[in-house]
Amino acid sequence: MKKTILAFGIVALLSSCGNNQNQQSNERSQEKMEIKLDGSSTVYPVSEAVAEDYKATNQSVNITVGLSGTGGGFKKFERGETDISNASRPITPLEDSTCLAAGINYIELPIAYDGIAIVVNKDNNWLTKITVNELNKLWEPGAQNKIKKWNQVNPAWPDEEVHLFGTGTASGTFDYFTEAINGKSKSIRGDYTAAANPNVLVEGIHGDKNALGFFGLAYFEANKDKLKLIPVDDEKKEDGDGPVIASQETVKNGTYQPLSRPIFIYVSKKSADKPEVKAFVDYYLENAGKLATEVGYIALPDEVYTMVKKRFTDGVTGSAFAGIDPVGVKLDELLKVEQTAK
Amino acid sequence: MNNEQVKTLKNNAFKIWAIIATSIGLIMLAVLLIKIGMDGLHRLSFDFFTALPSRRPEQAGILTALVGTLWVMVTTAVFAIPIGIGAGIYLEEYARKGWWSSFLEINISNLAGVPSIIYGLLGLEIFVRTLHLGQSILSGSLTLSLLILPIVIVSTREAIKTVPSTMREASYALGASKWQTIWMQMLPAASGGIMTGIILALSRAIGETAPLIVVGALMYVPFVPKSVFDSFTVLPIQIYNWVSRPQAGFIINAAAAIIVLMLITILMNGAAVILRNRWQNRVKW
Repeated sequence: MKKTILAFGIVALLSSCGNNQNQQSNERSQEKMEIKLDGSSTVYPVSEAVAEDYKATNQSVNITVGLSGTGGGFKKFERGETDISNASRPITPLEDSTCLAAGINYIELPIAYDGIAIVVNKDNNWLTKITVNELNKLWEPGAQNKIKKWNQVNPAWPDEEVHLFGTGTASGTFDYFTEAINGKSKSIRGDYTAAANPNVLVEGIHGDKNALGFFGLAYFEANKDKLKLIPVDDEKKEDGDGPVIASQETVKNGTYQPLSRPIFIYVSKKSADKPEVKAFVDYYLENAGKLATEVGYIALPDEVYTMVKKRFTDGVTGSAFAGIDPVGVKLDELLKVEQTAK
Repeated sequence: MNNEQVKTLKNNAFKIWAIIATSIGLIMLAVLLIKIGMDGLHRLSFDFFTALPSRRPEQAGILTALVGTLWVMVTTAVFAIPIGIGAGIYLEEYARKGWWSSFLEINISNLAGVPSIIYGLLGLEIFVRTLHLGQSILSGSLTLSLLILPIVIVSTREAIKTVPSTMREASYALGASKWQTIWMQMLPAASGGIMTGIILALSRAIGETAPLIVVGALMYVPFVPKSVFDSFTVLPIQIYNWVSRPQAGFIINAAAAIIVLMLITILMNGAAVILRNRWQNRVKW
C-alpha cells in the first residue's frame, strides 16, 4: 500500500516539475554539444561508423543517429528537429519547398554509392545475364498474373515458374529500382514476395531454384556463397558494352547502370554554421569513402569527394537533384556544371 | 459400436486435440529458444553488456539499449499502473451504470485493439510537439503508458468483479466507508488479477518498436541516459536494426540481444508471479 502511495507521489512530482527540468536539460545540452542525425536506414550504417570514429577523438560532442527512414527523417529536418538528415534518395520538390517555407536552408552532400544487385539461386544454370528490358517485362505492373514463367520473358529460358523477391515498399531501394526499371517510382506488379528486411529475401532466394530478386549490393556481398549475382545489360554503349556485373569498380566508374544510385546527407545551413557541426561534417566527408566501403557501400571517385567538400565549404544550398530523374545521373557532371556556373 | 464406445472415442479425441493445441505453442517456443540460443548464447559476455553501439559487430554492445529499456519500463509502469488502476476502480465502483459508462467501456475495449503505431503518432503530436517534452524517455514512456492503459483498466475491472459481493456487504455492515471498503477489502482481494493484467501489459510494452521509433527513439545513442529528458534507444529497436544488417556478425548480436530481452521478460513475469502468490495468500475468505 505504501508503495502505491509512493508511486502516486513520484507521478505528481514528475508532472509538477516537468517544464522546469525540461528547460534545465535544454541548457545542459547546450553545454554538452549535441549533433542530431536521423533518416534513412540505408545510410544509417555509414553515419553510425562516422559518429563512432569521430567520438573516439571528440568526447565533448554527443552524436545521435535515428532510423526514421528517408521521408520520416525529412519530416523532422523540416521542423528543425535534426541537424543532419540521412537520405537514400534525393530530396523531393515537395520536401524542398516545405524546408524553404520553414526557413530551413540545407546543403546537399552525396556521400557514397549503393548498388542494387539482381540475384538468383545458386542452382539457376540458365541465367547468365539479364537486360533492363527483360527486368522490366518481369517487374512491370502489367506483368501481374500474366508473366508467371521464365520462358514468357525469354524463350531461351526454361518453362518453369518464376518467383520474384524484392524489398518492401517503404525502402529507398524499392523507390529507385522501380524508377530505374519501370520508369516510374513505386510502379510495380503486386504479386511478388516483399520483405522490409533484405536478409529475409536472401534466405528466400537461397531456398528457391526459380527465384529472382533485388536488394542492396551489400547483402549480396555478405552472402556470396549462397547466391548468384547476375550481370545487367542496359543496352547502351556509353555505360559499358554488354552486361555489367555489379561490383565496387563498376558502380564507382558508373558502368553498372541503371542500378547504382548515390546516397546523401542533408545538412541544415543553420547547423552547419555551428563549429561542432562543421567539424563533424568535414570529418564525415573526409572519411565517407573509407567507412562507406567498410559497411558495404561504394566510395565515390576522389574528384567527386573534392567537389562535394567544396560544395560544403562554399555553403551551396538547395538541391542539384530535386525534380530531376535520378536514374543514370552522373554526380561529377552534375556538380561540375553547378560549380563552373558559379 | 455402442453408445458407450462412441462416448469414450469422443472423449479421447477431444483430449488428444487439447494436447496437440497445447504442444503447438510449446513446440514453437522451444524451437525459437533453441535457435536463438544456438545463434546467440556464445555472444553473451560481460563486454556485450557494457559496450556501445558499433559498426563492428564483434565490438558492438547493448549498454545504451539495455539501460534505455529499463528506464522506459520503469517510467511506463510509474505512469500506467496508478492511472490504470484508478480508472478501473472508478468505472467499477463509482461510475453509475448507464449509457455513459457503457460508452466508456466500449471505447476502452476498442482502444486495446488500436495498432500501436497510431499511439506513436498520438504521442509524437501530444508529448513531443505540443507539450515540448522532446524525443525523450518521458515522451516514449508516456506513449507506452497510453498504449497499455486499456489492458490495465480492463483487467482491474475484471479482477474487482471477481471479488464476491458478500465481502463488500460485510465491510459496509461493519461500518466501513466506501474508501475503506475499496482500499482495504476490494483491492487486496483483487490484487492477483490486477497484477496479472499489469504483467501482460508491461510485457507488451517491452517488445514495442514502432511507436517508439515514431516518437523519436533513436538508434545510435553512444551515451547512457541520465534523466527522463534524455534521448534514448531500446532493445527491440537495436534488435530490429541488427537483424536487417548485411553482416552475419550482426545477426548473432541480434540473437544475443533477443536472449537478454527474453530474460528480462521472464524475470519480470517471475517476480510478478511470486508477488501475486504472496498477496493472494494473505487474502482469506
